[in-house]
Amino acid sequence: MSSNKETFGRTLGFVLVICLVCAALVSIAAVGLKPLQQANKLLDKQTKILEASGLLANLGTSPDSKSIVATYNKRVEAKMIDLKTGTIIEGDVNAFDERADSRDTAKSTKPSNDIAGLNRRADRAVVYLVKNEQGQLDTIVLPIVGSGLWDLMYGFVGLSPDFNTVQSVVYSDLKETPGLGAEVLNPNWKALWPGKKMFNEQGDIAIKIVKGGAKKGDVHGVDALSGATLTSNGVERTLHFWLGNEGYGPFIAKFRNGGLN
Amino acid sequence: MSSDTKKVLFGPVVDNNPIALQVLGVCSALAVTSSMANALVMTLAVIVVTAFSNLFISIIRNQIPSSVRIIVQMAIIASLVIVVDQVLKAFSYQLSKELSVYIGLIITNCIVMGRAEAFAMKEKPGVSFLDGIGNGLGYGAVLMVVAFFRELLGFGKVFGFEVLPLVQNGGWYQGNGLLVLPFSSFFIIGLIIWAVRQWKPEQVEKD
Repeated sequence: MSSNKETFGRTLGFVLVICLVCAALVSIAAVGLKPLQQANKLLDKQTKILEASGLLANLGTSPDSKSIVATYNKRVEAKMIDLKTGTIIEGDVNAFDERADSRDTAKSTKPSNDIAGLNRRADRAVVYLVKNEQGQLDTIVLPIVGSGLWDLMYGFVGLSPDFNTVQSVVYSDLKETPGLGAEVLNPNWKALWPGKKMFNEQGDIAIKIVKGGAKKGDVHGVDALSGATLTSNGVERTLHFWLGNEGYGPFIAKFRNGGLN
Repeated sequence: MSSDTKKVLFGPVVDNNPIALQVLGVCSALAVTSSMANALVMTLAVIVVTAFSNLFISIIRNQIPSSVRIIVQMAIIASLVIVVDQVLKAFSYQLSKELSVYIGLIITNCIVMGRAEAFAMKEKPGVSFLDGIGNGLGYGAVLMVVAFFRELLGFGKVFGFEVLPLVQNGGWYQGNGLLVLPFSSFFIIGLIIWAVRQWKPEQVEKD
């Protein structure tokens, strides 16, 4: 070790140079790859929305990105709504970021009955109206989020235009235990949902996750996942929250009283 | 290939394995081994990071002031990890979503720092690069073995292909719930270390 290597000025200069080189490297990677990353993210979201609407199944076992984007653009219409009033509002649906909004105290509210464990809920939401070949409303896909065992689970629920009959419950982003809670992604479990009814005849939210298996013919009950009680409870509470008054309740009420316009 | 190169490149796979002998990097070996595909991507990421951090640190080894050498190493390793993470997000979105924070945690993987400090600070760039690849391979070898047993016995699959049809999918095999959870890797790593030391008794530490 030569002594001139250890002078204060030289050490400082060396560290500065290293920092600059590393910063440049990271910036180039981050900026250069951003368009690809955003395209991936968007494609992932569109795929999940198509899956929730049941359209993905028509595209074959492993659809390419082109047919997903084409189907999405043709059949899906995104609308921004104000959750409190349930009305459709103006807004950039592509730029909307639920996670960013729910962290911003100016753009979110603390739910009075926070059964989904959200802490804060964004004031706006983007809902997806999916049309059939004839251009009529076929499915409404609503984004949902709620606590599972480890962390928030993000997903979509697809409902028929009566807002009662379930088409699907599709989770897109979760950190549940593989093999246990993460079985919400298992196609066999997802296949239990279509045809279930969210509300009972009195109009109350009746969907429930049943431990030990739902009775045959129970239109409100879905089998719980074995070994994943907390995840199963989380799914039930998430649905109850989002269908309730602090979720899409006002929007659903408005929709039933004469549609969207 | 000369025998020296061979030793640097393949020595860490069995004779001087970073997980089995040095017992480094066990934390991430627990987290990412629930499926073989995840373990393979993690292995590749660690190989790239260890190899290039070794290379760059070795190139500037004679310039690094020793008072700040650890910080300089960390800065280089951290930058490389961020680049790898960004590349994964751009080209393999699904896998990067599954591996989530664990790619970022390569920064704290002791193997990377350990090789930088123990090898790259003394040796020439070429051989340091190979040492990085070798240690990445050694780490990956253990990861793949652990992932193989966890995925096969926990999920009845190998690389995502069904080998033992699970009861919940209408088959006959009841998946092992223990192996689905990360801490089960402790048992498998323990067994691997025992097996390697039976085979190569010179690795056994003296009391």
